[in-house]
Amino acid sequence: MRIDSPQRLQELQKEYVAREKSFAKKVLVCCGPGCLASGAAQIVEEFKKLLKKKRIKKFSVEALKETGCHGLCQQGPLVVIEPKGIFYTKVKPKHVEEIIETSIRKDEVVTDLLYTDPKTGQTIERYADIDFYSRQHRIALRNLGKISQYDIRDYIAQGGYQALAKALTTMTPDEVVDEMTKSGLRGRGGAGFSTGRKWATCLKAKEQPHYVICNGDEGDPGAFMDRAIMEGDPHSVLEGMIICAYAIGSKDGYIYVREEYPLAVQNLQLAIDQANEYGLLGENILGNGFSFNIKVSRGGGAFVCGESSALMKSVAGEVGEPRAKYVRSVLKGLFDKPTVLNNVESLANVPVIISEGGEQFASLGTPKSTGTKAFSLVGKVCNTGLIEVPMGTTLREIIYDIGGGIQNDRPFKAVQTGGPSGGCLPESKINLPVDFDSLTEAGSMMGSGGMIVVDDRTCVVDLAKYFLSFLVEESCGKCTPCREGLYQLHRLAVKISEGEATEADLDKMEKLSEMIIIGSLCGLGKSGPNPFLSTIRYFRDEYLAHIKDKRCPAGVCRALIRYEVITDKCDGCMACISTCAVHAITGKKGEVHVIDQDKCDKCGACYAICTRHAIEVI
Amino acid sequence: MTPDLNKLPKIIDRYPKKPQSLITVLQDIQREYHYLPSEALKETAKALDVPLSKVFSVSTFYNAFSLYPRGERVIRVCVGTTCHIRGAKLIQQQLEDRLNIKAGQTTPDLKYTLEVVNCVGACAMAPVVIVNGKYYGSVKVSDIKKLMRGR
Repeated sequence: MRIDSPQRLQELQKEYVAREKSFAKKVLVCCGPGCLASGAAQIVEEFKKLLKKKRIKKFSVEALKETGCHGLCQQGPLVVIEPKGIFYTKVKPKHVEEIIETSIRKDEVVTDLLYTDPKTGQTIERYADIDFYSRQHRIALRNLGKISQYDIRDYIAQGGYQALAKALTTMTPDEVVDEMTKSGLRGRGGAGFSTGRKWATCLKAKEQPHYVICNGDEGDPGAFMDRAIMEGDPHSVLEGMIICAYAIGSKDGYIYVREEYPLAVQNLQLAIDQANEYGLLGENILGNGFSFNIKVSRGGGAFVCGESSALMKSVAGEVGEPRAKYVRSVLKGLFDKPTVLNNVESLANVPVIISEGGEQFASLGTPKSTGTKAFSLVGKVCNTGLIEVPMGTTLREIIYDIGGGIQNDRPFKAVQTGGPSGGCLPESKINLPVDFDSLTEAGSMMGSGGMIVVDDRTCVVDLAKYFLSFLVEESCGKCTPCREGLYQLHRLAVKISEGEATEADLDKMEKLSEMIIIGSLCGLGKSGPNPFLSTIRYFRDEYLAHIKDKRCPAGVCRALIRYEVITDKCDGCMACISTCAVHAITGKKGEVHVIDQDKCDKCGACYAICTRHAIEVI
Repeated sequence: MTPDLNKLPKIIDRYPKKPQSLITVLQDIQREYHYLPSEALKETAKALDVPLSKVFSVSTFYNAFSLYPRGERVIRVCVGTTCHIRGAKLIQQQLEDRLNIKAGQTTPDLKYTLEVVNCVGACAMAPVVIVNGKYYGSVKVSDIKKLMRGR
């Protein structure tokens, strides 16, 4: 079926809204990244099987929907019963029958599966009443968890593709670009460049053809906003791309998705096929004469390919090495032609900006960082998951009010933002408003939106060492300061973690960092020393403890710690003995066990497996 | 051991015979054979008119490609930042000890391949391990045997 006019699109929207309303109840099973990892696929199977068998009156099997990430991954797998918005957490296949009988056949609630507010101890029925959700403001994530991730009808029912119709029929390309400029939207991939300006430059570029690329190479470890959007609401990305293509005069677009996201590739391809079928992509879109095609290009698992010029080489089938950008990629990009490269989240914002106006978007957030930003809130925080808040929200609000504070009531130590190019912010920065400029000033960066909370059991030297090793591995090797400089920086970090370093090594690292920043070609090298620089800035004492006292205060660096059995607590269950790979633990059943320090390689398996907490780190 | 390369022409025919198709073709070969057999690299170079040296360069640049056969059961330990601070290293080491191989290697009987991967985007459930495409979240040391069985 091809939609040949904006009027037809409106009729269809009405039809699909009516279809949604015809469902007396809906079962939404979250199939986002987190819930899939906790077994959501089995929940869907169980629902399908039982609903088919039970044939409940007035309940259509079409009202069972597999949605994208709902947000509160920590409590997953999640199941939501609409229209009431009843929120079931930690659902297992064995609970499915009870949910069907109680909440679908009848109008009641399975109390055992409800969310319990840790502050009050009360159960909460509807997700909208939970702090984690009520404090958010969702634009890029607007449809996640609400619509089927496979069905274009759901997207259209939510008003999808209306912004495209508006742009094509009532706006000139210049007007679209102006609206984007008014919105103040800055690229959500990390660099924070003005999207409107990028589009304006490309629109004016004389050379033809122009290309649109969506950057779905979410390489920052610890970030999954883009994965969630590409899987859970792929049409919002497509609509953003088509509007961009109209604005800059492009006929061909690519979505570059990293190899580690097979489901994103699958759902995007399905969405592209549906959009083609509906006449929202391809020739003569909405009967307006404008044509645009999108192809999915799969990455090969290389972090540097998130960098614009490397990404474009990779799309062209080559090794992803960045080039010097005397001429920006917006003028000389894919196949050396003018190219707009936008991040997934940026593009998902576009339809809302066009529908509601740039000024509306700019009224949110701060003057220089407008709108909202999605974050993956992970690490040692209670409510791990996917969130979206207005720019300028403080770290405290995010970590404590939405995130529910630190797991097991341990002390907050730092929050790592911006991925391997970012930095760590300590407790003294907890009231910092989160926007592009404040984070950069504080020595970190926005990055793509990973927010990794760490407690006192995470060692900052180890964390810096981890990021440096990551960057050494991922450096493409083209330029020496990055390839060799990061390698040496990593070696020195290892030396510190082994208690072998001196204070002179710290000076050496700081000097080396400066040179890497000055001498590297692309963002990977230029920001490579950040994990070290931000931790030394805020946690110099911890570095000195490793160097002077030969001590790792967090109990992580293996060369500086040892594991001991707490004799009063050990009941001789032998669990640690069977898990120890180097046979360093001896003892009989029922007797206190002993760790042979000469054999122990300090892997921590015994500590992790002991349910009586009878092993301590010294 | 050279695998049956009968399917190769079909894979190459899926895409325009241009250097631009290189990564896509290699991805499909990798998906079919779970690695890139050297004969397949030579054929690809010929068909797409790309020097073999460049095919080799691309095959070794991207982590997604393997030049060695992989095992029946591919265990991938996510070592992204969140998994790292929640104990991925320990999980990796336990698997290495039990399988008696290092990450990136395959057991001699071709039963298991152990790999590490830089973030699969399931950070909220860290640490995460993926066995033949199936995700396991919040993995503990006590889950290692279960992961090796894949259930």
